[in-house]
Amino acid sequence: MAEKKIMLGNEAIARGAYEAGVKVSAAYPGTPSTEISENIVKYQEIYAEWSPNEKVAMEVAIGASISGVRALASMKHVGVNVASDPLYTISYAGVNGGLVLVAADDPGLYSSQNEQDTRCVARAALVPVIEPSDSAEAKEFMKFAYEISEKYDTPVIVRTTTRLSHSQGVVELGEREEPADKPYTRNPAKYVMMPANAKGRHVYVEERMKKLSEEGADFPVNRAEYRDTSIGFITSGIPYQYVREACPDASVLKLGMVHPLPKKLIEEFASKVEKLYIFEELEPVIEEQVRAWGIDVIGKEVFTVQGEYSANLLRRVLYGTDNSVQEAAQVPARPPILCPGCPHRSVFSVLNKLKIHAAGDIGCYTLGAVAPLNVIDTTVCMGASISTLHGMEKAKGKDYIKNWVAVIGDSTFMHTGVNSLMNMVYNQGTGTVMILDNSTTGMTGHQDHAATGKTLMGEEVPAINIYHLCKAMGIEHVQEIDAFDLKALEQALKEETKRDAVSVIITKAPCVLLKGNVFPNVCRPLPEKCKKCGACLRPGCPALTKNADGTIAIDETMCNGCGLCQKLCAFDAIACEEK
Amino acid sequence: METKNIMIVGVGGQGTLLTSRILGGITVRAGYDVKLSEVHGMAQRGGSVVTFVRYGSEVAEPIVEEGCADVLIAFERLEALRYAHFLKKDGVIVVNDWCIEPITVVTGAAAYPENIIEKLKETHQVYVVNAMEEAEKLGNVKAFNVIVLGLAARHMDFDKELWLEVIAETVPPKTVEMNRRAFLRGYE
Repeated sequence: MAEKKIMLGNEAIARGAYEAGVKVSAAYPGTPSTEISENIVKYQEIYAEWSPNEKVAMEVAIGASISGVRALASMKHVGVNVASDPLYTISYAGVNGGLVLVAADDPGLYSSQNEQDTRCVARAALVPVIEPSDSAEAKEFMKFAYEISEKYDTPVIVRTTTRLSHSQGVVELGEREEPADKPYTRNPAKYVMMPANAKGRHVYVEERMKKLSEEGADFPVNRAEYRDTSIGFITSGIPYQYVREACPDASVLKLGMVHPLPKKLIEEFASKVEKLYIFEELEPVIEEQVRAWGIDVIGKEVFTVQGEYSANLLRRVLYGTDNSVQEAAQVPARPPILCPGCPHRSVFSVLNKLKIHAAGDIGCYTLGAVAPLNVIDTTVCMGASISTLHGMEKAKGKDYIKNWVAVIGDSTFMHTGVNSLMNMVYNQGTGTVMILDNSTTGMTGHQDHAATGKTLMGEEVPAINIYHLCKAMGIEHVQEIDAFDLKALEQALKEETKRDAVSVIITKAPCVLLKGNVFPNVCRPLPEKCKKCGACLRPGCPALTKNADGTIAIDETMCNGCGLCQKLCAFDAIACEEK
Repeated sequence: METKNIMIVGVGGQGTLLTSRILGGITVRAGYDVKLSEVHGMAQRGGSVVTFVRYGSEVAEPIVEEGCADVLIAFERLEALRYAHFLKKDGVIVVNDWCIEPITVVTGAAAYPENIIEKLKETHQVYVVNAMEEAEKLGNVKAFNVIVLGLAARHMDFDKELWLEVIAETVPPKTVEMNRRAFLRGYE
């Protein structure tokens, strides 16, 4: 009997890629997609890399596909925006070896800056989308995605969501297929997308999508389940499970391919059920098309376009009641916070003290936007900190940004921040850029990047030196400062924000959660010296709490001995000493 | 078997993922269909985290919904209160008698609720353990979550021996003995 294993959705996606014979995988980390690459790398048959950003990752996978092997790119939904340039055009060119892009959407915004629906991108890019409903399907549908990629000469998007990616289910393991490498034959009409060639390919692409829609009626991933026909659902992905949970007797058309839609199958299903609901998270992608065919359905007028769905949501809409038995208690919120000993807290305490605004970026340091640090003013997308600051300067003049900086992490800087910094230099900006270098991609769980000196496959490689990279752009004023050296940070910030030239302050200290990081020290309060001023509490370290008498307590199991609270105490009422 | 719904709640960094790995492992070993749902990413940084575990003959959705949980395992008091409404009428709460103040309390924007355990007892069957204290007695405060799991294990459908086997397979080899003792401390 085949081995059964309990697998995270992302682990099952990786397994599916392995079993499909994938040889090359490229990605940039992003919740909820990161664990795909972290599991791919366990298979020695696959070359796997962290690319600096999703566009590069997509192009690496495209190159591998054109050369004749099966290739994978994986990313979160907003990463697809970064990769959309190659995606839209490889849709025209098609593939040689099978090419799959796994896109991880985040309904409910567990860890994202928006709630966009990748199916909308896929419709615009004319790329088919496969959507599994649990870990077992995630693995099987990956293999199916490679089949149709090669059969229909198209890149394929496998769409997952946070709930699927981060849920575990039972998976039956299979053997790895070893498809022979396809020969590469020079074919500019297909692979050189200049106007004359692209015109021809566009004709092909439209035919391809029509064919997929027609033949999709017979794809095994699309399945009509007839039970009670007085009520029917068209659904896909995780919402299918909610339908099965809340309405086990209803008929269901479960779509495994959500773009293009199998029109014949949908028309047939619609004709057999009395009342037809479309149950899809986020945008009304299926609904609008089905309505356009003149089919009467109930959809977004009763189901929200926001957040995650649930069986209880369905019960409330259908039956006016759900399974809940009591109201939720009113309790204080517990939002995520920077860890005890996080170097970002130290840097932000200085920005806060100097009342400097920060154009922010994507990373743990976004948490500097909220109380008590209140430092980050803007967060848009990866790499945007530097360019938005530059835009402010060009709009309002260089004096306007004298109390502003851009803050960006090392991984985000390598992702796309570097382009923005080039622009600031080229177009004669005068902004101050702080690169918070914690030697890793922190928020997604510690992935390496081009400036860490290690690859996804664990190889030691020369690290790109961020200091020299900035210097090579011709930036004269570049400083590296220990992230916990408050005095040096304060002085540098005062100096550099005043300056009429681009300057970069690289703050250095590893992420506290980075493996191998050791903390010899611990901070201990000396209550007899405490003046109860609260200065140590201000940066919001979770290891510090106030006692009933106004002195402070430090939880030694949480404290990492960074010494920030000690440095902020004017009365030597905190000791930072060896454990 | 009708699907059984377990929730593990706590504060990011308290080790909810290890506990769910053990629970996932044991349900598969016992031959059930199982689905688990976890929180990864930014919410793990000291935020409120919840893991759902569902097992039975055939499991559809991977989450536990309001009013459906059989057992709520809470590593912190406030988190027990936050998720108590997910329990069925006769659902059981197993709670670590421990407080971690959220940032909203530390900054004075909110107050940490008093008498949480007493409040929970008004509506539910509640089993309380000060697992931090117990773990300290065992010599490793990090083993506290396995103590809580041990107490909760009495409300699930698996033999003690199977629990111990799965724990031995799941935790790092060096910590097997410690975790075994921690589990038994909670279970017995």
